[in-house]
Amino acid sequence: MSLLEIRNLSVEFQTVSGSFRAVDGVDLDIKETDLLSIVGESGSGKSVSMLALMGLLPWTANVTADKMEFAGLDLRTISNRARRKIIGKDISMIFQEPMSSLNPCFTVGFQIGESLKQHLGLGGAARKKRSIELLDLVGIPAPAERLKAFPHQLSGGMSQRVMIAMAIACNPKLLIADEPSTALDVTIQAQIIDLLVDLQNEKGMALVLITHDMGVVAETAKQVIVMYAGQQVEQQEVDSLFAKPRHPYTHALLNALPERSLHLDRLPTIEGVVPGAGDRPPGCLFAPRCEFVQDDCSQNIPGLQATELGAFRCFHPIDYTGQG
Amino acid sequence: MFAFILNRIALLVPIFFGVTLVSFGFIRMLPGDPVVALAGERDMTPERHAEMMAKLGLDKPAWQQYLDYVWNLLHGDFGTSVLTNRPILDEFMELFPATIELGVTAMMLAVVIGVPIGIFAAVKRGTFYDQGIMGLSLVGYSMPIFWWGLLLIILFSGIWGLTPISGRISFLYDVPTVTGFLLIDTLLSGEEGAFASAMHHMILPTIVLGTIPLAIIARQTRSAMLEVLSEDYVRTARAKGLSPLRVYGLHALRNAMITVITVIGLQVGTLMAGAILTETIFSWPGIGKWIIFSVFSRDYYAVQGGLVLIAMIIMAVNLIVDVLYGLINPRILHTSS
Amino acid sequence: MSNNAVDSIPAGNRRTSALRQSLIEFWYYFSESKTAVIGLAFLVGIILMALTADVIAPHDPAVQYRECLEQPPTWGAEKCNFAFGTDYAGRDMLSRIIYGTRLSLVAGGMVVILCLSIGIVFGVVAGYFRGWVDIAIMRIMDTILSVPGLLMALVLVAILGPGLLNAMIAISITYLPHFVRLTRSSYITESTKEYVIASKVAGAGKFRIMFITILPNCMAPLIVQATLSFSTAILDTAALGFLGMGAQPPAPEWGTLIAENRDLMLSAPWTVTFPGLAILLAVLAINLMGDGLRDALDPKMKRS
Ligand SMILES: Nc1ncnc2c1ncn2[C@@H]1O[C@H](COP(=O)(O)OP(=O)(O)O)[C@@H](O)[C@H]1O
Ligand SMILES: [Mg+2]
Repeated sequence: MSLLEIRNLSVEFQTVSGSFRAVDGVDLDIKETDLLSIVGESGSGKSVSMLALMGLLPWTANVTADKMEFAGLDLRTISNRARRKIIGKDISMIFQEPMSSLNPCFTVGFQIGESLKQHLGLGGAARKKRSIELLDLVGIPAPAERLKAFPHQLSGGMSQRVMIAMAIACNPKLLIADEPSTALDVTIQAQIIDLLVDLQNEKGMALVLITHDMGVVAETAKQVIVMYAGQQVEQQEVDSLFAKPRHPYTHALLNALPERSLHLDRLPTIEGVVPGAGDRPPGCLFAPRCEFVQDDCSQNIPGLQATELGAFRCFHPIDYTGQG
Repeated sequence: MFAFILNRIALLVPIFFGVTLVSFGFIRMLPGDPVVALAGERDMTPERHAEMMAKLGLDKPAWQQYLDYVWNLLHGDFGTSVLTNRPILDEFMELFPATIELGVTAMMLAVVIGVPIGIFAAVKRGTFYDQGIMGLSLVGYSMPIFWWGLLLIILFSGIWGLTPISGRISFLYDVPTVTGFLLIDTLLSGEEGAFASAMHHMILPTIVLGTIPLAIIARQTRSAMLEVLSEDYVRTARAKGLSPLRVYGLHALRNAMITVITVIGLQVGTLMAGAILTETIFSWPGIGKWIIFSVFSRDYYAVQGGLVLIAMIIMAVNLIVDVLYGLINPRILHTSS
Repeated sequence: MSNNAVDSIPAGNRRTSALRQSLIEFWYYFSESKTAVIGLAFLVGIILMALTADVIAPHDPAVQYRECLEQPPTWGAEKCNFAFGTDYAGRDMLSRIIYGTRLSLVAGGMVVILCLSIGIVFGVVAGYFRGWVDIAIMRIMDTILSVPGLLMALVLVAILGPGLLNAMIAISITYLPHFVRLTRSSYITESTKEYVIASKVAGAGKFRIMFITILPNCMAPLIVQATLSFSTAILDTAALGFLGMGAQPPAPEWGTLIAENRDLMLSAPWTVTFPGLAILLAVLAINLMGDGLRDALDPKMKRS
């Protein structure tokens, strides 16, 4: 049985200039110890779809889904009170900006202890002991002293480690990491990703790793979902995705990897930007930027086609049959 | 922290001298002959005039008069009332508790109502509740409070007969002065009904004096909360599965309070200005009414002393607010120590 | 210097079309707030009332109808027909309030004009010269701010003598620091921007840089401050009038009206109620408009 099962998740925002569909028909299946990666440029709806799952979107968002179940619970109809029992305990999430994600007014110890008290009902001494263990686990030196530190006294990498400690405090079944390393120094990025993968193995939890870095995907994930402008454009296992991307967008993303373009003078780029609220093209959303675009691409909206290895959303996928 | 406080005090020194210069200049800029203006005597003989000049120190050069003035201030000598011949400081201290009492209850009213409704409006942003609260607070902010006071008297005292028209306590009670705060003194006296009477007399003045601070605090709390609610750490708190009470009342409010405390501190000036009008309307025997009375009876030394004392009190309160600000905001606390 | 296409357009034309463009944009944002438009409409109404007081006021505000002392408004009156009733001397309250509009608007307007003109000069001078000039100006402003506005105004009126003009001057002095601070801080922010450096490099003079290059870009917050000061000035003028230190009877200033009828407040409440309502509505309208102005002009608040 899947831990998390989502069918046809859509999110629409009401804005001054009308409603805007930030997530459009996303499907997800995550099993107990899966490591799934979601990739896509910024603005493609990765964060919004995960926040919808957590129930953390502002009231201007309208979330719809055919199915949204976590461990047998229907997240669409669940009461706020019942949702708060799961969130932060069985599903937890860490965010892109570690520095601003910690409350500047409270100590690290207070903020970690808060989760432990809320969900596990631990007393003061037990909370302190567990917090020290957690900080140790995420690789923070001198954890006992760190408990008294305020967020502004920590570096970005340290803050993200504290966020991770907070997220795994109650041994979650699913951890969502939303671009956990994007805002950090390059040297720290790999450490944080390694930490997450190690913790996942150790704790046997499921991990959703959101990133826009194909390099990270290659090194960590088993399953990959590629998103573009709110839609899932391709889904495959990591090896086959890297070997044989079917969607032109995936293809272009992979081509933009430095290690794949060593033979070129300059890195290939994808011209243009992800369409936003006002400029969604008719038909395939990627058509205006696609190098394989054909006439019918901008007339109809392609559906998600299942293949034996995964799925893609394209009228003219890259065909590998000729190459063998 | 200590360095932080010292730093703040140092910033107040030039303002202190500025205020003393203003209050010193005030007396010298009065129209007409200063001796006549200050001594309140008419048709003086030239001898009497010269005698008064010397007594008031007006025969010395201006800079020396100023230095003497500041010297006396620093020694607690704020001059003598021409009217009562008593030291200004004594008169001030005698009346000040009444003003504090009213100011504190008004401020409590403003904070106790203003902060929660400001939070509520922010959390319910854009809804009917938000618009209603903000509309009302704009009315409060636009209120001519002297008229508001009269209107409440007309309604509550005149038409419905629910509240007393003026004063601090019913004349039936004779409560010995211990602290000067009537709410405390009536309790100490043990006289039955005295405390209730004092409370009863405070209702309308408290509402009137509290109206504008209440409106300002509600508006500022709302905007501070709105700013904070869009912060990442509020999302983190919600992602932990905390209750809305804890998310808004602890995580968001604690940060919003940093701004709100400053706003509350700034209201002390508003309160003093409001006290002048409120005390006049309700015949409340405090500093505000005293200042107006002194202006009208040309007791200029009293006006001068009141000006300096009030300015010093406001400076002291602002200092306390600054320190509180440092205590509540860990960034300041830790960077300065 | 250069003579490309843009330079050949008369400078005046270019400026007016840019101005029109920004005015249109401003109106677009401003009119988005219904309450702000209502406030503006109400203010326009008040201004018209002040201008046409001679025509629309039903009675001469100074005439005392001896047979109609303290008459209630029309609906409760037995013998006389005055819409808002009459005061202790038998004068028509409605007419006095209509004429009072003139005094309040003039007082508010004068305060704003004085504060803007003096405040901008001080603020720009402090921001341009910095150093001890800046310190001296700002310490003076701090001093004024350290005393509650109404108290400071009272003390100043005690020196100048009671009266509407002196009240306006006193109130202006107490508001001045806000204008100086605002001008100075936005001036300093603007002066580090590239267009200023470009203008300096092009050899613009001191005064040109201060008042023509930089100042127009600091105007938005000043306009908002001016609007808010307009309404508080009306309030403070009325407060001083109420305390007997502002406009003197028989001038029909709103605060003065309340003061002179105060003894009647329980027996003839309309004499106190209507002038106060006039103050409240006028101030409220201006504040509504000010809120809209701030949202429309403040780029930080825009589109949030
Ligand atoms: N609160 C919101 N209101 C309106 N639009 C939003 C809101 N949050 C996100 N969006 C829009 O949704 C789209 C997807 O955003 P997001 O999920 O954050 O992208 P990313 O893939 O970079 O995480 C973006 O176009 C963004 O502008
Ligand atoms: Mg994102």
